[in-house]
Amino acid sequence: MTLTLTNKDGEMLRGDHGAATKMAMSILVRMAEVANAEELIDITSAHIDSTVYIGEAGLEFAERLASLGAKVAVPTTLNVSGLDEQHWQEWAVPSEWARQAHRQMLAYQSMGTIPTWTCAPYQIETRPAFGQQIAWGESNAIIFANSVIGARTERYPDLFDICCAITGRAPNIGLHITENRAGGLLLNVKDIPENLQLSDDFYPVLGHFIGNTAHDQIPVIDGMCIVPSEDQLKALGAAAASSGAVALFHMVSITPEAPTHEAAFQGRHPQKTIKVTTELLRESRRQLTRTDSERLDMVVLGSPHFSLAEFKQLARLVAGKQKNPSVKFLVTSSRAMTQLARQAGFIDALTAFGAQLTVDTCILTTPMLPPEIKYLMTNSAKFAYYAPGLLERKIAFGSLKDCVNSAIEGKVIRDDSLWEN
Amino acid sequence: MGKLTIPGKPIIAGSAKGMALVSSEPLSFWGGYDWKSGEITDRRHSLSGSNAKGRVLAIPFTRGSSTTTAVLLEAIRAETAPSAIITTSTDFFFALASIVADELYTQALPLFAVSESDFAHLKTGDQIEIDAHGNITVHQQTSD
Repeated sequence: MTLTLTNKDGEMLRGDHGAATKMAMSILVRMAEVANAEELIDITSAHIDSTVYIGEAGLEFAERLASLGAKVAVPTTLNVSGLDEQHWQEWAVPSEWARQAHRQMLAYQSMGTIPTWTCAPYQIETRPAFGQQIAWGESNAIIFANSVIGARTERYPDLFDICCAITGRAPNIGLHITENRAGGLLLNVKDIPENLQLSDDFYPVLGHFIGNTAHDQIPVIDGMCIVPSEDQLKALGAAAASSGAVALFHMVSITPEAPTHEAAFQGRHPQKTIKVTTELLRESRRQLTRTDSERLDMVVLGSPHFSLAEFKQLARLVAGKQKNPSVKFLVTSSRAMTQLARQAGFIDALTAFGAQLTVDTCILTTPMLPPEIKYLMTNSAKFAYYAPGLLERKIAFGSLKDCVNSAIEGKVIRDDSLWEN
Repeated sequence: MGKLTIPGKPIIAGSAKGMALVSSEPLSFWGGYDWKSGEITDRRHSLSGSNAKGRVLAIPFTRGSSTTTAVLLEAIRAETAPSAIITTSTDFFFALASIVADELYTQALPLFAVSESDFAHLKTGDQIEIDAHGNITVHQQTSD
């Protein structure tokens, strides 16, 4: 197979559309060849994960493109940055880090992008539509766009997303192509009791299990007896994309490409079937906790970024209560959702409870936690998965309600009753 | 000490050598690889605590975060990257880091894919030499 370029692709590669477009197209073409693509296709939007500040090389890449005059060719949202511009000085962020991370924010902002600064770009009004070809970075955004919206993106890494945005093109590979979106692994959840399926913590735990189980097969979840909310699907996807390389799942009669079991598998037979039991999920739930202690220094919520509906849910849970003074309580979200939550009156209850807010970023992408914060608790499988390696912190996993109750008590407490049989 | 030659498909061509660091478990570099030192820091991974700097890292594929590419790029710039990476299929995330390192610093990281059955012959501690055609010579540490 060889890659065929259009005349316009060729012009971009030669430099007729400027030096930045030439650099982006050159990387795009080399990667398309590595991936055995036969052609490039037009995309309608991009989401840039490269905004996360990691170090000098990523900054040099961004500033090189910016200095060459890079401009995006399609509507392009920006992922979390390395800095909460509004609140970073309240935390332990070193000023040198803040300076570098801010330079990276400015470089990507200069390219004509939409400064959303969120890992949940699907929460804004202008999210992609069913069937659209897009180039998205950020593993949780990728799996959400593919699975819940039915837009089509490959699992694009940092640095590549911006090359697609600048050229408006992506290689026609993987999940851009219909037949590659067929299910392979069947996960039957019909034995999971309804009251567990209704519970928020079922979804990150199931997602964590799927990430560890699916390998390169597209998982299909069948046997749901309830219709999950978008936030529950968000939590499932983020978990599966953390413990595994899952970029698409189907849920029969729930997600748009799976109106039926047959449609989810595109008429083929499953390559493998797993009967999901509460016992299997109990083990997955246990894996998400990495501490033997009930000590608690801080509750962290909002990975992926908190939605308006989650603010509402939390506001109800904490109304009229106050957290224990020994525990910090942090919610991370986007500026847009935080603003909406404020207008809706949800933030007042959180503030009265003693919660703090961080926008634009999260605990994983900015060095905000002071060293005395050692024991975390979360309802996010993604935080639970990455905190031990990235932050070298102990972490306990529980439901949103467990997190609130623990913050009030000042120690980790969990209601295990739904998980017992 | 046995010697074995296995065919590797060059994803990003180049010659390399080093001691093998092998796991059958996929790895995310974000939260799994400290680019300042080369240490593998995913505390759930079988290679946790090993240092991959200058070694031939063999893992089947990357998992999780799309930030893996950015972390490998930092490691290449900081000279804490493996000397080469062997996977069981073309890994897009590693390939991109190598291509961008070539664009920015003319410093591409050699990447090779091998079959799953050949991958199973690789053991941590083996001495590995890879030529520009992708022939992987494995000097096995033990005879079994």
